[in-house]
Amino acid sequence: MSTSAIIMMIIGVAIIWGGLAASIIYAVSKARQLKA
Amino acid sequence: MENRSQWGTRAGFILAAVGSAVGLGNIWRFPYVAYENGGGAFFIPYLFALLTAGIPILIMEFTMGHKYRGSAPLTFFRMAGKKAEWLGWWAIFVSFVISTYYAVIIAWAMKYTVYSFNQAWGDDTGGFLFGSVLKLSETPGEVGGLVAGVAWPLLLVWVIAFIILFAGVKKGIEVANKIFIPTLVVIFLIVVIRAVTLDGALLGLNAFFEPNFDQLGNPKVWVAAYGHIFFSLSIAFAIMITYSSYLPKKSDITNNAFITGFANSAFELLAGIGVFAALGFMAAQQGVAVSDVASAGVGLAFVVFPQIISEFPGMNGLFGALFFLSLVLAGLTSLISICETYVAGFSEKFGITRNKAVTFGVGIAAIISFLFATNGGLYFLDAADYFINQFGVAAIGLIEVVAIGWFFKKLPLFENHANAISDIRLGAWWQICLKFVTPLVLGYMMFGLLKMNLLREFEGENNITGNYEGYSNAFILYCGWFVAAGALILGFVFTALKWNKNTNVDAYQHSDGE
Repeated sequence: MSTSAIIMMIIGVAIIWGGLAASIIYAVSKARQLKA
Repeated sequence: MENRSQWGTRAGFILAAVGSAVGLGNIWRFPYVAYENGGGAFFIPYLFALLTAGIPILIMEFTMGHKYRGSAPLTFFRMAGKKAEWLGWWAIFVSFVISTYYAVIIAWAMKYTVYSFNQAWGDDTGGFLFGSVLKLSETPGEVGGLVAGVAWPLLLVWVIAFIILFAGVKKGIEVANKIFIPTLVVIFLIVVIRAVTLDGALLGLNAFFEPNFDQLGNPKVWVAAYGHIFFSLSIAFAIMITYSSYLPKKSDITNNAFITGFANSAFELLAGIGVFAALGFMAAQQGVAVSDVASAGVGLAFVVFPQIISEFPGMNGLFGALFFLSLVLAGLTSLISICETYVAGFSEKFGITRNKAVTFGVGIAAIISFLFATNGGLYFLDAADYFINQFGVAAIGLIEVVAIGWFFKKLPLFENHANAISDIRLGAWWQICLKFVTPLVLGYMMFGLLKMNLLREFEGENNITGNYEGYSNAFILYCGWFVAAGALILGFVFTALKWNKNTNVDAYQHSDGE
């Protein structure tokens, strides 16, 4: 794979999967705060 | 207070919304759209479209459903009376049409799951699909007879849909999605991991991710990104309004929309990696370029993938079955959500029980769907799919954002409602996206689509332009325009009918801050 393709793959994965992970973690932490 | 169905858990709602959004298009449409529109560079317009149109509209529809607690027509009616109700019915009849042919594609995938075990398609996968499986007629518009090999699995698809929908929102749709979605993710991960470890996979991944930044100056690429996000997220289908109407009072709106939007994109990115790794393998096996084997839609799933499966170095049957089973699961979760829109709508409009609405609504859809299981079914499916998506879903989306943002001026009210109950607060960006960015891009897209279809600018053989897919004028008129217009006309007819006296049309809603 070319360097530019690898960079785009890393950026795409980081933003999309990172965005999903961040949204879920935020929801879980808020739910825990409410319970506490 | 109304005795209305509710999701059992927040996770149940999110899985159902994700199940609706993740469908066949994520697997067979996104990879090719990205590849054709700049490869890795496509992620820039794609993410821009997700954050300025996809998620903002998702937030708007979640808010509407939660605030007005009704099917799409009842939600629009409670928002602004009869002058908005037709939009809800229009979306419902668009969903109705989609459900009739969507079930047929799931039936094909079911058949191919079984065919995978002995690669029954042989060497000529195209001939097998169109000849042996679909028994496709020579001319578009020729109905022919019912193809039993498609009709039986189609019947099975409807039986599954009936069972889930009869069981209700919590015990049916929620439970089904809690089983189907994790299963889909696990199965698809196995397929993707195997695909990326095949010889030549890097060739395919390079083709998929190699950025062509020059394409970013092309407006068509931006329209493709907005169009894809729009069709992919189940927005303007009445689905997300219906699903969010089953949320309990204390429910997050904004973060649920972010999770749904990102989960849908995460799945299609995974699909892109899996599909192009497999295409790279196939290109390497045949000694051709990836561009020679790259395709989308029915051709990718039922012609190209069987070839790839046949060329697999081992356990061909298992991986073939897993791939087609993932199509079945992705399709089923979307089909259920599409059917739920009209089940809820008919039930509320006519004051009938859920079971009667399922029997009546889904029963009629099931009967009509057998038209697509005939010899001419694929042609009808192709024309109906194109026209109902472009002049149904996309048109509703455009009119919905313009009507709510500019005509009914409800965005400030919705912003307050979402902010009062959500973890993430909406700012000015949300209204700007919905009032300016989305209508401009969708308006531009709609203008281009109308121009292309009315002036018959589709490029055919020998550079001669004509109708979509080169179909005849009569076929396009009856199977394309009439189908799309029919959904709108039925929308007006149903709006003209009175709500059942037992349906509390304007009383109950979640007020802001509750």
